[in-house]
Amino acid sequence: MRTILYVLLAATVVGLGFWAYHENYKTQNAMAEAEAIQREIGDARARLAVLRAEWAYLNRPDRLRDLAEINFDALGLLPFQPEQFGRVDEIPYPQLQTIQPLADGVEGEATEGDRL
Amino acid sequence: MIRTPLRPLARILEARARGENPDAIERENLRLRHEGLRDSDRSRAESRLFVLGLCFFAAFATIGVRMGVLASTPPVEPRTSSAGVEIATQRAEIVDRQGRLLATNLETSALYAQPQTMVDPARAAQELARIFPDMKVEDLLEDFTGKRKFLWVRKVLSPEQIQAVHDIGEPGLLFGNREMRLYPNGALASHILGGASFGREGVNAAEVIGTAGVEKMFDDRLRDPAKAAEPLQLSIDLTIQSAMEQVLASGMGLMNAKSAAGILMDVHTGEVIALASLPDFDPNDRPPPPTKGSPSDSPIFNRAVQGVYELGSTFKIFTVAQAMELGLVNPETIINTASPMQWGKHKIRDFKNYGPTLSVEKVIVKSSNVGTARIAQQIGAERQQEFLRSLGMMEATPLEIVEAKGGKPLLPKKWPEITTMTVSYGHGISTSPLHLAAGYAMIANGGTKVTPTLLRQGMPQYGERIISEQTAAAARQMLRHVVTEGTASFGEVSGYEVAGKTGTADKPKETGGGYHKDKVIATFASMFPVSDPKYVLIVTLDEPVNTMGTEARRTAGWTAVPVAAELIRRVAPLLGLKPQIEPSRLADIKLTSN
Repeated sequence: MRTILYVLLAATVVGLGFWAYHENYKTQNAMAEAEAIQREIGDARARLAVLRAEWAYLNRPDRLRDLAEINFDALGLLPFQPEQFGRVDEIPYPQLQTIQPLADGVEGEATEGDRL
Repeated sequence: MIRTPLRPLARILEARARGENPDAIERENLRLRHEGLRDSDRSRAESRLFVLGLCFFAAFATIGVRMGVLASTPPVEPRTSSAGVEIATQRAEIVDRQGRLLATNLETSALYAQPQTMVDPARAAQELARIFPDMKVEDLLEDFTGKRKFLWVRKVLSPEQIQAVHDIGEPGLLFGNREMRLYPNGALASHILGGASFGREGVNAAEVIGTAGVEKMFDDRLRDPAKAAEPLQLSIDLTIQSAMEQVLASGMGLMNAKSAAGILMDVHTGEVIALASLPDFDPNDRPPPPTKGSPSDSPIFNRAVQGVYELGSTFKIFTVAQAMELGLVNPETIINTASPMQWGKHKIRDFKNYGPTLSVEKVIVKSSNVGTARIAQQIGAERQQEFLRSLGMMEATPLEIVEAKGGKPLLPKKWPEITTMTVSYGHGISTSPLHLAAGYAMIANGGTKVTPTLLRQGMPQYGERIISEQTAAAARQMLRHVVTEGTASFGEVSGYEVAGKTGTADKPKETGGGYHKDKVIATFASMFPVSDPKYVLIVTLDEPVNTMGTEARRTAGWTAVPVAAELIRRVAPLLGLKPQIEPSRLADIKLTSN
């Protein structure tokens, strides 16, 4: 009886030792992984900072102004002027005729209109 | 355990036979037994104490060894942390009111050399001089072959330069990590941002410290690791700042001015939306402070905040507003404006004679020095000083850049009546354009004090009341008439109801004693839209000459005003202000029923 108890105890100690050893390695792996991820995050943040700086540098007003001037033929961009503000009553109401055909037979009328 | 009997029969009988007392034997045995017991108890206690002592020794030894290890090993960062991962940059970013980047950090490297480990110093020097054209081969070679064991070659390198230095393949050339401050917008808002440089330098890291502007003012805040992730938000708007600098620069060229300054400020919150001083500089490569000549000629001098000038007639509105507030005059009161006005040995003149009398409103509209001086006489020196002090004109502005402390107004030492009269039209007192902006903002917002700030504010300032709502409205009306029918007629921008006052002040001679004849400071202080003022704009030109007409014109009405008008035309739409135009007649609506 006593021998069995001893054998069992010894086996338990060996088992626990193995388990602790195993867990220890698992923890170390997890920590190494976490460290790698953190380093990756750090690198990503550093890259993000560089990209943000580059974005700000490429979007600096002086450069955009020069680009707008160079590409004036294609874009026709000019500084924002007070005259460019519109009023609500300057927007025309939709014409009644264009709405009329939609009311009946939408499909046929529309495709025919498109071909024209 | 075998117990020895206390009274062994044999010995008792023997003793009795000898006629001795047998009790003595019993006592003797008892003594021996007790001694034995005592000895065993003692040895047990000793062994227990020994074990206990061992335990204590082990515990203290563990603690001691651990302490020794902690003290003698380099610190290690905790490998896992549950909190958010922060790759802490050294210095917080600076952004504008819309969150656009004004200053950020960039990782780079510094190059240093250890000559004793160099393989071929001559070749290294040659190659380095090829990569960095501003370095001389001879100097480098002298450094590399001298006694020095360590020397810095270059403080910051671009990635291309790092690669080129790597390609030399010299083991004595080494890199140290650096984080440098980068201003992606170049010279834009340079006077506000200031600049940064390296402080204490180690091989693998260097401190970045602010050297001027907000960088220096908020150095502790920007370097605080707890706030490193949170950018410092300014009240500046990048787009508007850029537009202002562009318009000012072209205005400065057109008007042949030496320098220019502009301030755009929100009249309710005191936020400075744009602040420019030309000529400017690139904060990425901040020029050193000038060693000779006037500091105010250097591009690093902030004319809008540091520069104190006699701002001339722009001050007249303060005199008139105070007189109205005190009930001394109203806009229709008639003032004697016969020019020149003799006061002791001094003569006060107007630009030209405006006739014997003018109403108070016309005094402002025509900008009569004599009229303002007469009003100031009624106010008196003490009340005038008190009013200027309440406007903050007597001390440096509390703007959040270190240079602001340098913008201390120049005040007359004594304040006799003649000083009261000259100060009333802006002579004899020198303030910065920013002081003027704060004063005009007070009139614009209905009479409460405004303190200019560079930090984004969430709500209006409710400062101390200086003049009543009615007085402020009357003053604004006068300023509006200056633009519609007075000296600032070029300031009219259709749809934005500009109101303002011109100021042309002769520049005092640097050598002291008198004023230059043909050098002026032209200022236009304005607010818009006058029916509900939101912004104050100050434009100051130094030594402008408008040569577009037949004669050279120097007055603000011909120089600063057209520049300011162009600025408002450019900036007001960007601020989201819709031009106020008479609404066109709405389409007829007929009441119908069916």
